[in-house]
Amino acid sequence: MTTSFIQGVLTGSIQSSTSVLYAALGEVIVERAGVINLGVEGSMLMGAVSGFMVTQQTGSAGLGIIVAALIAGLFNLILAYLVVTRKANQLASGLALMFCGLGLSALIGKPYVGQMINGLDPLPVPVLSQIPFIGPVLFNYDFLIYMMVPLAVLVWWVLFKTRWGLSLRAVGEDPTVAFAAGLRPKLIQYQAIFIGGLFAGLGGAHLSLAYAQTWSEGMTSGRGFIAVALVIFASWNPLKAVGGALLFGGALAFQLQLQARGADISPFLLDMIPYLLTLGVLLFMRNRKNAMPEGLKAVFEGTS
Amino acid sequence: MISTATLAQAGKQQGAALLRFVAILILALLVFAIVLLIFGKNPIQAYIDIFTSTIGSSYGWSEVLVKVIPLVLCATAVLLPARIGLVNVGGEGQLYIGALVASWGALALADVLPGFLGLPTIILLGFIGGGLWAAIPAVLRAMGWLNETISTLLLNYVAILLVDYFVFGPLRDPSSANFPQSEPFPDAFRLPFLGSTRIHFGLIIATVVIAALYFVLNRTRWGYEMRAIGGNPNASRRHGMPISRYIIIIMFIAGGLAGLAGMGETMAIQGRLRPGFSPDYGYVGFLISWLAMHDPIGVVLMSFLIAIIALGGDTLQITQSMPFSSVNVLMSIILFIVLAKFSFGDIFKFFKKKEEATS
Repeated sequence: MTTSFIQGVLTGSIQSSTSVLYAALGEVIVERAGVINLGVEGSMLMGAVSGFMVTQQTGSAGLGIIVAALIAGLFNLILAYLVVTRKANQLASGLALMFCGLGLSALIGKPYVGQMINGLDPLPVPVLSQIPFIGPVLFNYDFLIYMMVPLAVLVWWVLFKTRWGLSLRAVGEDPTVAFAAGLRPKLIQYQAIFIGGLFAGLGGAHLSLAYAQTWSEGMTSGRGFIAVALVIFASWNPLKAVGGALLFGGALAFQLQLQARGADISPFLLDMIPYLLTLGVLLFMRNRKNAMPEGLKAVFEGTS
Repeated sequence: MISTATLAQAGKQQGAALLRFVAILILALLVFAIVLLIFGKNPIQAYIDIFTSTIGSSYGWSEVLVKVIPLVLCATAVLLPARIGLVNVGGEGQLYIGALVASWGALALADVLPGFLGLPTIILLGFIGGGLWAAIPAVLRAMGWLNETISTLLLNYVAILLVDYFVFGPLRDPSSANFPQSEPFPDAFRLPFLGSTRIHFGLIIATVVIAALYFVLNRTRWGYEMRAIGGNPNASRRHGMPISRYIIIIMFIAGGLAGLAGMGETMAIQGRLRPGFSPDYGYVGFLISWLAMHDPIGVVLMSFLIAIIALGGDTLQITQSMPFSSVNVLMSIILFIVLAKFSFGDIFKFFKKKEEATS
């Protein structure tokens, strides 16, 4: 194991986990409010395509990021209307949202396939990025990557240390009790789903503006679903999601580095590790205090 | 005994359901027409293209049927568990493993088995493969360890990666250097086609499955017990119904049905095992079962509708140079309208409110 190998794995896992982590942070908020969005994939794609279009038209990646978040947030309101107002089945509604995002983003983005942009460039931290090994691993990324950990901490703080976060979690546990306590469960769920969309949009924007710097149909290739799995893996905790995202991204980066060095181990078996780990964690933690919001249990048990 | 009066009642209800569905479809087509207009496409031409290319010719119809086969099977993989209150989101993974096990059988047993056993072997292996894959979450659920919604979803990724592993690894055809795929299956281990069309033996399988489901669910004690378990599991348990056994058997059969869908796609259509061969049949099947409210006959109708829309995507790609997946928007609009449970009453109320507001 050379240092360049380790460096490659570390930078690779950070870069490839960014979009997944953003989407997962959003999904933590949504699920803490008692709603599961299986359609994260669609929200990410809407963010990715709108961010790319705006950046291509205006030349401003910053504006692209903002628009990406807003569009994905608004897009998520379809889900909010279905599951909060119309009380539709959450799993089916989420999948429908995914297909909608898949189709709509392809339709909108058709003229932009193969176009070039000045995407989100790395902003090396002065001096620090010059340190051998540590510099490239920690201090040579784009804006959205630097914001990953601070935003995860912010989401944690909002969920667990603020009044709004307490209300949101109360709604996620039992909307009826929350309502009796004077909260407005529907409004809070709408807010949570909208914010979840903002984050999914940021994830999508990182994909099209920084990671790939192109737009192609269905470019999320399952990252939205990985985000859903990641939330479960992280037991609905935004801080644990950071570690989980790095693990998911790490498996990907590890196999890319191995392949580049011609190692004879199947990348596909490595890719399975995060999913099997998630299953394992769920199985072994089943006796401990369950972190799953009570409101979600009803969804999973098909009674909602 | 069912009296003629209740039969007439049921007929009336079905008539109303059909009328409601036609209204939903028209509304969805109108909304999608607006979307098309926004993108500068001619909606009337697009619809003419979609319908003439699918139900406008015998070839179109045959392609619709080809698409209906996996959709029906994947939808039944959701319908059956739903009857006892289980949520199977794992159709996609069960489909892949069914295809994998059947492919392995076709390649490994070709020299051992006599040709006439080829067809029953791959059908059996496809069923068992998908069934065992679904039995994992079923056992976890029956033991009370892990909810099946999460585990079936997670196992989808594992299944797809497992197929990738075999196609890029042990099952890879050494002579196809640039394409990761298995060796072609011997003829005896492929599903027969109907004449010169691509309609294959899977159509018979799907038809038998629907007929059997309809019979079992509506006319047998099992169907009755399943409804009881789905309605009130605790009461059923107190009445001594073997709930755990039901969970495992039903999920095994459901996974087997999705496995048959995957088997059909590889053993008939593809002729080799290829990575990522399913265009989300498992997830679309989930939605079809929901659209049909977990009713076998409804599943058939919805599968036809979705198959026509999906094939329309291919057509629009050629005639209107629209991306293939844009028809997903039309599909999702239908889903949104159905999921939101709009009724004529709602629309009536909406206009009434408006009148009140203006007066």
